[in-house]
Amino acid sequence: MGHSIPTIWESMQAKGYDRREFLRFCSFAAMMAGIETAGFSKVVHALETQARPPVVWLHFQECTCCSESFIRSSHPLVADVLLDSISLDYSETLQAAAGHQAEKSLHDTMQKFAGKYILLVEGSIPTHDGGVYCTIGGRTAEDILQEAAKDAAAVIAWGSCASHGCVQSAKPNPTGATPVHKLISKPVINVPGCPPIADVMTGVITHLLVLGSAPELDGLGRPKEFYSRRVHDTCYRRPYYDAGLFVESFDDEKARKGYCLYKMGCRGPVTYNACSVTKWNGATSYPIQSGHGCIGCSEAGFWDNGPLYQHLASFPGFGIESTADNVGALVGIAALGGMAVHAVSTNVRKHELLVQGKHSEPKAKE
Amino acid sequence: MATKAFVAQASQPEKFRRVYVWEFPVRLYHWVNALCVVVLCVTGYLIGRPLAITYSSEAYQQYWFGTVRFLHFVTAFVFFFNFLVRLYWGFVGNQYAKWSNFIPNHRAQWREMIEVMKVDVLQTRVQGLITLGHNALAGLIYFLSFLAFLFQSLTGFALYSSMSQARLPRLFAWITPLMGGDFAVRQWHHIFMWFFIWFTLVHVYLVFYHDYIEGRGTTSSMVGGWKFDSDKRDEK
Ligand code: SF4
Repeated sequence: MGHSIPTIWESMQAKGYDRREFLRFCSFAAMMAGIETAGFSKVVHALETQARPPVVWLHFQECTCCSESFIRSSHPLVADVLLDSISLDYSETLQAAAGHQAEKSLHDTMQKFAGKYILLVEGSIPTHDGGVYCTIGGRTAEDILQEAAKDAAAVIAWGSCASHGCVQSAKPNPTGATPVHKLISKPVINVPGCPPIADVMTGVITHLLVLGSAPELDGLGRPKEFYSRRVHDTCYRRPYYDAGLFVESFDDEKARKGYCLYKMGCRGPVTYNACSVTKWNGATSYPIQSGHGCIGCSEAGFWDNGPLYQHLASFPGFGIESTADNVGALVGIAALGGMAVHAVSTNVRKHELLVQGKHSEPKAKE
Repeated sequence: MATKAFVAQASQPEKFRRVYVWEFPVRLYHWVNALCVVVLCVTGYLIGRPLAITYSSEAYQQYWFGTVRFLHFVTAFVFFFNFLVRLYWGFVGNQYAKWSNFIPNHRAQWREMIEVMKVDVLQTRVQGLITLGHNALAGLIYFLSFLAFLFQSLTGFALYSSMSQARLPRLFAWITPLMGGDFAVRQWHHIFMWFFIWFTLVHVYLVFYHDYIEGRGTTSSMVGGWKFDSDKRDEK
């Protein structure tokens, strides 16, 4: 097997990387996989000797923002290596091959490396009407997924589409968009986000490459390393939250001062992601740092939890602006009104009893 | 208004018997619960819709929102354990505290509910002829409110589990994915707060109402535990 698939070191050499760059790559990979310095030599050894796993990247109902994010990894070397030499025996977006050639390449990979390749899926899979809403090469997305997943060593669902269904599964979900983990029986590593953070993506995949196993996952199949904390828990505006200092409108003094965006509908408190730690685009910024609340893009069903600039969702059936509070207060006022009417009616209807009661009191003492 | 007929009736003095209805644990539960519900609703509402502080300062100068949340969490623990005590008392307490008061599994209880409706809603009867403890309708509504307590505890702990390593809240972490994520849980937790507000309003009103028309000390019974029953009827 060693000669049929080159090791990562061999494939890097073939692309013209030198030893120094290889070692740099190893240290990035070790860092991303969470391995400390003492384990570094093991990483180098693994990448020198283990065959690189072939990677198949499938695209279904999606906007390619996951791919776009991935190629903007803040460690260009890592992205380069992953893209140039390790990955992508098949990727509709990035491969050179097209048409029958591409289909053949996919087929070859799946046959030759059955049980060894890593399957990456970007996009949800439509299930309504026999899956007609997404077909590639004349086959439905589900058909392709099932075939590719059957012999995959590991399956990663990139982004909110593949993990939760994202926008196309928002109510009423006309195409029956379904996430990967609901369709296949294998364990799936979910990497939600719209898109996921580039460094999270490279982190997850290098973990698979270096350690040969999936990172530790939570109950929803998300790598704990990146999804165990809420955006809110590590947000740099958190002190303003605890102090009760909130932006009231995007153009007020408080917005200029950088107060917490909670009242502007920030979804940080209900969103599990690493944005406030890794940030985006080479740790330049992230939505909250740019003055906009988190929209909760890595949470299931976030499109249906609108409006985005309101802290609470609108109450179903009462118009877009109505929150549970409006409805609740209305019902409360109605109840108070009802009580007032009832109290008046009580005094009218029971008047006779009351009169009788008052008259009987002194007599009872006799 | 008073006619001869009333005077004739009124000349028969009514005698009342004192009955110890609410034992101490029930009364204690009631007032702890009442306090908790008020604190939880006020703090909960503030957490959902914080006040706009008009002066501007820096974060290190204050911590009021953190304090409000802290109060909410501490009160929630008290509320939860107090609730458990009441559930326990439903098995060991006196006949008025027993579980059977809350679940209408006898035809008599359904019949009584219709009677209570006649008194409370239609007002076609002048005088309540209602059980000494919880009437059947009140019992059923308290049972539903226990379900709301349970729901609120479950969703509350589920939300809290993401910010706590404590064992108790972590026990409820599985609820969040079941309900579709933290956002949905928070939304439901918030909606159910309104149940508590409405319940409190209606409950307080009805206590005063029944006290007023029955004259049996409904209101004070939750302080001293005693209610009064006219001698003619036997305590059931
Ligand atoms: S801006 Fe959002 S994430 Fe940051 S502290 Fe405020 S509510 Fe939390």
